[in-house]
Amino acid sequence: MNQGRFNQMKYIDEYRDTELGKSLIKRIARLSKKPVKLMEFCGGHTVSILKHGIRQLLPAHIEMLSGPGCPVCVTSVAEIDKAVCLARKHGAIVACFGDMLRVPGSNSSLQRAKAEGADVRVVYSTQDALEIARQNPLKPVAFIGVGFETTAPTVAASVLHAFTEGLTNYYILSLHKLCPPVMKTLLVSHEIELDGIICPGHVCAITGSKPFEFIGREHDIAAVISGFEPLDILLAVEMLIKQIENGEHTLENAYTRVVRDEGNRQAINIMNEVFETSASYWRGIGIVPESGLRLRDKYRGFDAEAAFEIEQPSLKENPGCICGEILRGVKKPYDCFLFKDVCDPEHPVGPCMVSAEGACSAYYLYGGENE
Amino acid sequence: MNDKVLLAHGSGGRLSHNLIEKYLLPYLGNPMLNKLDDCAVIELNGRIAFTTDSYVINPVFFPGGDIGRLAVCGTINDLAAGGAEAKYLSLALIIEEGFPIADLERIIASVSSTAKEAGVLVITGDTKVVDHGSADGIFINTSGVGVIPEGVDISGSRAKEGDKVIITGTIGDHGIAVMSQREGIKFSVPVVSDCAPLNGLVSDILKVSTAIHCLRDPTRGGLATTLNELAVQSDAGILIEEDKIPVKDAVRGMCEILGLDPMYVANEGKLVVIAPPEDADRVVEALRGNKYGKDAVVIGEITSGHKGRVALKTRLGASRIVDMLTGDLLPRIC
Repeated sequence: MNQGRFNQMKYIDEYRDTELGKSLIKRIARLSKKPVKLMEFCGGHTVSILKHGIRQLLPAHIEMLSGPGCPVCVTSVAEIDKAVCLARKHGAIVACFGDMLRVPGSNSSLQRAKAEGADVRVVYSTQDALEIARQNPLKPVAFIGVGFETTAPTVAASVLHAFTEGLTNYYILSLHKLCPPVMKTLLVSHEIELDGIICPGHVCAITGSKPFEFIGREHDIAAVISGFEPLDILLAVEMLIKQIENGEHTLENAYTRVVRDEGNRQAINIMNEVFETSASYWRGIGIVPESGLRLRDKYRGFDAEAAFEIEQPSLKENPGCICGEILRGVKKPYDCFLFKDVCDPEHPVGPCMVSAEGACSAYYLYGGENE
Repeated sequence: MNDKVLLAHGSGGRLSHNLIEKYLLPYLGNPMLNKLDDCAVIELNGRIAFTTDSYVINPVFFPGGDIGRLAVCGTINDLAAGGAEAKYLSLALIIEEGFPIADLERIIASVSSTAKEAGVLVITGDTKVVDHGSADGIFINTSGVGVIPEGVDISGSRAKEGDKVIITGTIGDHGIAVMSQREGIKFSVPVVSDCAPLNGLVSDILKVSTAIHCLRDPTRGGLATTLNELAVQSDAGILIEEDKIPVKDAVRGMCEILGLDPMYVANEGKLVVIAPPEDADRVVEALRGNKYGKDAVVIGEITSGHKGRVALKTRLGASRIVDMLTGDLLPRIC
């Protein structure tokens, strides 16, 4: 193949190009006149913004706030306690994504339960969890379903697999959460007055753009769906600033290589087949109606909470930890008295310091030179 | 004919002797080891460097190496990072009952070929066998002694403002190669471990510059952690440039998928070299002349600001702090 004409796309370098990045930054500086508050909903966006130093390169009057879009971070102490209870009391093999291991519950974590002898295994996909269930037919295997609309379809698919195969030892502890309802809750509270929102690109890849159109329609706030590479984010910021300066507020898509208006119908159908919405408790935010997913009656046999007696633990969080305010965009990690001195990735007090996508962890690891 | 290691192989009796004579001496034998005395007696002159390390890697065989090669390279490289010419190694094996003899033989053959490549002798050793479940296959400890040539003064505390920071090649190869073999990761990556003895590389650069200030092999914790250690020890700032740091596409791709940063992924055949600016070009040229340093490049320099910390200039021109590794990125990679 003629390499000169058909350069191989790498899908990383193209979206980190220095010159294009610099010209976007210049354009933003030229366009932006008034002070604005933008929220990046996703933890993935926060990490990328800090890792590539984007915040320092934007005009100082563009304030970037982190949102609640980190599934591990919004998982409550009580939910971690439930997972620990499954591993300790019911002798289940608990399968989970690696991020969940270190999140502190009220008095333990899955990592500690593991050290004490519980069978906790890190998996990279629900298919691995299913495989563990197949290989251990005499033991209950519980997958800790954490994640937004992005991961829920894969968990739903694993339930369908288990259903078809007749697996009777596979369970889901569904801690899934949905993004549009919590965004609604944040905006209705008026705790912070936002001018624009960078919408979650990967969530929109599943849901499509429609569920986020209410942001502009009902709240007069500019919104742009963005990818996660530095150029994606800069482009989204530029589009937001343009809207704000022109007094517009609609939903635009800056991530067209991944997000289609209608989303991923197949994933949505699988998710709807297995799950129905329910109220869910978000750490730092409280109970948000219709923001959780529970297994439908047909698949209730796979519901770990229905199958096992799980103590209903308290919802008390560590009083010094301000993860909640950080998740609502009210405060920044630097505002927390525990940040760095007491709470660090080795000894996390709150989940925002545990998860790789947590705002505290991102600020800790990639905080700018002068901060 | 037993094809598994038995507890009796570690009893000190006949089976122990069989194990040593059949599987160890044929590969490692030399006049000093062959005596099988309780200790080896050596004569050395000058400043002596002495180091030890234990190897518990899982899996024991991985693309580009195995626990035997790693156990030789790791210890030799620690000596090399002190500017020492490695001379002798000890080799202690802790083997789990039931470990396949064929695997043991393969590992010892690898120890032998790596030691030969590096020009060092294994002159003393020990073999223990523990109950099934008390170890995971095989653990190895090696200690090494080496001699530091005259005029060489290398330490993590010697970095000076203006010095150049050099990396001898692509980062993260070892960690990703090992990780690709782990349970649960079912895609193959065209990356092999960089596991290699670096004493030759160090002697090559000492030929062109005896003024090298710091040498360190960025193993666990990766390049980021090693640079942080050097910044703290030297009480100096380090500024590196993101787009200068060599990373293989496959390593970068795998890191993207798994959410890792190659700066924190382990290496077993790379060195960070900190040298005065006037010697930097010569050092890079000498490194590139050795097969283990062909991708050597200057990635940054020692600064007067932000003492004890490492800063990175991103591709977009921003700067941010690069911290040490926190937590456990990948357990048991060496």
